[in-house]
Amino acid sequence: MTKMTTLQSAIEAISPGSSVMIGGFMACGTPHRLIDELVRQGKSDLTIIVNDTARPNVGIGKLITARLVRKVIASHIGTNPETQAQMIAGEIEVELVPQGTLAERIRAAGFGLGAVVTPTGVGTVVEEGKRTIEIDGRTYLVELPIKADFALINAKRADYRGNLEYAYTARNFNPLMAMAAGKVIAEAEEIVPLGAISPDMVVTPHVVIDSLVA
Amino acid sequence: MDDKTLIAKRVALELEDGNLVNLGIGLPTLVAQYLPGGIDVSFQSENGIIGMQALPRGMAPSADLTDAGGSPIGAIPGAYAFDSAMSFGLIRGGHLDVTVLGGLQVDESGHLANWMVPGKLVPGMGGAMDLVSGARRVIVAMTHTAKGEPKILKRCTLPLTSVRSVDLIVTELAVLQTTPEGLLLKEVAPGVTVEEVKAKTEARLIVPDQVPVMPLAA
Repeated sequence: MTKMTTLQSAIEAISPGSSVMIGGFMACGTPHRLIDELVRQGKSDLTIIVNDTARPNVGIGKLITARLVRKVIASHIGTNPETQAQMIAGEIEVELVPQGTLAERIRAAGFGLGAVVTPTGVGTVVEEGKRTIEIDGRTYLVELPIKADFALINAKRADYRGNLEYAYTARNFNPLMAMAAGKVIAEAEEIVPLGAISPDMVVTPHVVIDSLVA
Repeated sequence: MDDKTLIAKRVALELEDGNLVNLGIGLPTLVAQYLPGGIDVSFQSENGIIGMQALPRGMAPSADLTDAGGSPIGAIPGAYAFDSAMSFGLIRGGHLDVTVLGGLQVDESGHLANWMVPGKLVPGMGGAMDLVSGARRVIVAMTHTAKGEPKILKRCTLPLTSVRSVDLIVTELAVLQTTPEGLLLKEVAPGVTVEEVKAKTEARLIVPDQVPVMPLAA
């Protein structure tokens, strides 16, 4: 089966109101074409799970500027004043999660774990409403998995089956999110023949990719 | 020398050969410029690399290689790129020797607040909570006061970053070390008196008979 599809049909599969994980860190490793198409098709009322909302009208910030987002789960929104303004105006709900905890909650969802326990956030506002557990005399927070309807992934190279290779710091949350969503849509800068990416260099295996956009 | 340069030059002396070090965005990033010669330190950027360096002059920036603030960087030969789970595994798992972060407030218990001002500024904690909870040594690099108001307090009034005590606070006026008894005035900056530090600090300070002058990296 081929997973190769057009940008338009890949994004048409997403209904308004969906939860969408989007890779990237301050617009590095962000699937820019998939985001542009989300904006073009005006998919609204989204819950996005992201590290950050980049800057106004940059990367994931384009979704904020276009007012397509109802809720943001992120570790940092400080570089995007529009996210903060929409949050203060009550137009957008923001859940802030420590970055390492965000990574582990996403990983837990994709790896079949019922929770992760972490010392991060103990005794801070992050602890509010959460269970704690004592292990060997140390207190940990019980943090629950985060999964999503869709994941939008950016890779450096993909082969025709959807094996993905990443570049430098553009990897960030992409491999974790590719494991944690119902449907995974990947864009790659380059699509190469099978075998061109050495098995040792494949970070995300094709089996988790549903659609691939060249 | 401006305040930020002075703070960076003092913090640089805290780094040791073989250390894995994470520098926060802003003032802490300056520390790498003043690393003493002859020591080999690896810098981690939490967005996914060990072996980051300032973008070498003449090298074109890559969209795939940035620091945690999104600015282009370089990678030294032997650098290692990884995903965010690995990055925070290194941080939380006790593999990160030193983290240097900015601060809004630090208190007598060594508690740091550096991620939000309720009702005014809600940037989010990013990696700060994991860094302070997980690094082997936590150094706060910040100006001593903000708009004339002390930032080193009896007790933080802003939401905490972690309940783990930081280890060292370096400002343009002084170096303070956290101890079980409170904050120890370890050094004063060149030309700064103990009285001036006390006047600009709300927290009670433990002041030894002799307070040496801050050494600075070249």
